Amino acid sequence: MFYREAGKFRTSYAQDAQIFPLGLDKVMVGALLVFAFLIVPNIASQYWLIALLIPWLIFSLVALGQNILTGYAGQLSLGSAGFMAVGAFACYNFLLRVDGMPFLAAVALSGVCAAAVGIVFGLPSLRIRGLYLAVATLASQFFIVWVLDKFGWFKNYDPSGVITAQPIVILGYLFDSAAEKYVLVAAIVGVLALAAKNMVRSNIGRSWMAVRDMDVAAEVIGFRPMPVKLLAFAISSFYCGVAGALFAFAYLGTVEPSAFNIDMSFRILFMIIIGGVASILGSFLGAAFILLLPIFLSVLFHTVFGNAVDASMLSATELIVFGALIIFFLIVEPHGLARLWQVTKEKLRLWPFPH
Amino acid sequence: MSSLQVFAEVLIAGLLTGIMYSLVALGFVLIYKASSVFNFAQGAMVFFAALTLVGIIELGVPFWLALLLTIGVMVLLGMGIEKFVLRPLVNQHEITLLMATIGLTFVIEGLAQLVWGTDVRRIDLGIKDIPIEFIADNTGILVSQLDLFAAVVAGALVATLAVLFSHTKVGRALRAVADDHAAALSVGIPLQRIWGIVWGVAGLVALVAGMLWGARSGVQFALVFVALKALPVLIIGGFTSVPGVIVAGLIVGASEKIAEFYVGPMVGGGIETWFPYVLAILFLLVRPEGLYGEKIIRRV
Repeated sequence: MFYREAGKFRTSYAQDAQIFPLGLDKVMVGALLVFAFLIVPNIASQYWLIALLIPWLIFSLVALGQNILTGYAGQLSLGSAGFMAVGAFACYNFLLRVDGMPFLAAVALSGVCAAAVGIVFGLPSLRIRGLYLAVATLASQFFIVWVLDKFGWFKNYDPSGVITAQPIVILGYLFDSAAEKYVLVAAIVGVLALAAKNMVRSNIGRSWMAVRDMDVAAEVIGFRPMPVKLLAFAISSFYCGVAGALFAFAYLGTVEPSAFNIDMSFRILFMIIIGGVASILGSFLGAAFILLLPIFLSVLFHTVFGNAVDASMLSATELIVFGALIIFFLIVEPHGLARLWQVTKEKLRLWPFPH
Repeated sequence: MSSLQVFAEVLIAGLLTGIMYSLVALGFVLIYKASSVFNFAQGAMVFFAALTLVGIIELGVPFWLALLLTIGVMVLLGMGIEKFVLRPLVNQHEITLLMATIGLTFVIEGLAQLVWGTDVRRIDLGIKDIPIEFIADNTGILVSQLDLFAAVVAGALVATLAVLFSHTKVGRALRAVADDHAAALSVGIPLQRIWGIVWGVAGLVALVAGMLWGARSGVQFALVFVALKALPVLIIGGFTSVPGVIVAGLIVGASEKIAEFYVGPMVGGGIETWFPYVLAILFLLVRPEGLYGEKIIRRV
């Protein structure tokens, strides 16, 4: 009754191209932004900000990148953590070696570096597809981590092997506390998410989806596969690189290659599958699910079993429940959490009628 | 020792390691060939099988009975997986199935940890990992007894499976199912039973691989990562070819060891982690479906 498109007439192209054409949508998104940027930094506890919200935003950004590559362009890739590592180290080195480099510029440039690496490792996608490409991208994952580990130049020949990230200073203002880092990360993620949403609605996004659905047909109607696929790799790696830089600077505080291992690549793929492939909202939902689930399970088991059970048995049970929940989720809703939200919106459109 | 002897030794060690990789890859190929599912949980199944065998032996059961019991457990596991994971996901996209098997990996790893604990264990197969005296005395090259035994076992297993797939009714049914689930169902192939059989057989292969790898390096959690090494073998050989797995395993094992030995010292070592993958990419650029893989014909 309230959430409907009937009666909403668009009289200009700008109105037609809105992301949120319905009034209620605009109000909800506005309220969400106000809540996220003005209210949360003031009321959230340190734990919530540092352990939950900042990693959630950062992983949503990586999941966005992965979604662009796997969900929209159809290139199954398992190398996202490697590109994150490139971004983190590039940011560290830019801040270290270039005097007076602004932080945001360093983050952007590290994204560009990751994009360049992404294009190189995306070249096999022109010839290989499907599961084979997934395993080929694992090569990029292992190779990048090996290079960053072996060649001391990246770590500035630091003997300890764990480099502390530089403090974040933008226009003279030091981003030190958890709330400040949260606002910074939220702003960057918000801008990039908006860019992603617009990209996938545009010609670029349609070319990706054409290649994903049937690349031979896409080539027949005129989408040249090389620029389309390499652009997907480049943009996806840009997102992963920026997220990696934020991961190292705003979350971990250290820059080390071992943090970006294959386990993380798999988790990122999980995030988009559970959140919903080819869905911007899905990236956020999936990241929340994968991040929060282990914490939730751990808290649940500790409260239910307390100290009665051995720690290793507890972690083993958590592992089993995690895997089982993933399988259960895939069986129940293969299109992911975003689909649940879509179904809710459809029901809202019809409310109070059942169909 | 002359450099030729050194090379021969590195080469033979590599070839034999390669065969061990192909044992693990064989499980992947079986399942992919029969149900078009890329079973990421194969590494965890190898670990679980080895751990179950050792666990049962430690309970005081004699070796052969323990082996039979473990085979039973793996077959039950295979049937359980088919019933609870595959049946609800029939005809879904291959990425969904891949993700389901990754979830399965966590479940199996957790189960292994829960039931058998986290200690490292040894398997004693009666064959030690020592050089064969005959060859060592005559040519000065050290070839491990255990590795050679593993190679023979792998060869026998591959030969049996190749015959199974091409000459038996069950084998043909398996290939039909891999081609198209719905079509196989419509011609009357009992899908559920076939999948149960396939996953059971894959469990057996996992058990054999687990025994040999366990005898070589102990039954510990790191065994799960052997599966990651088997992936380049799969790519080079093709996902659907049983003999391809052996050939690819030989290539991967030999090249990995030779590269590590000769090129490794120049760049600080650790090449083993990524070299097989880069090699796989190079192979794929020439043959996108692997050396022996089925050519995927895409129609518009």
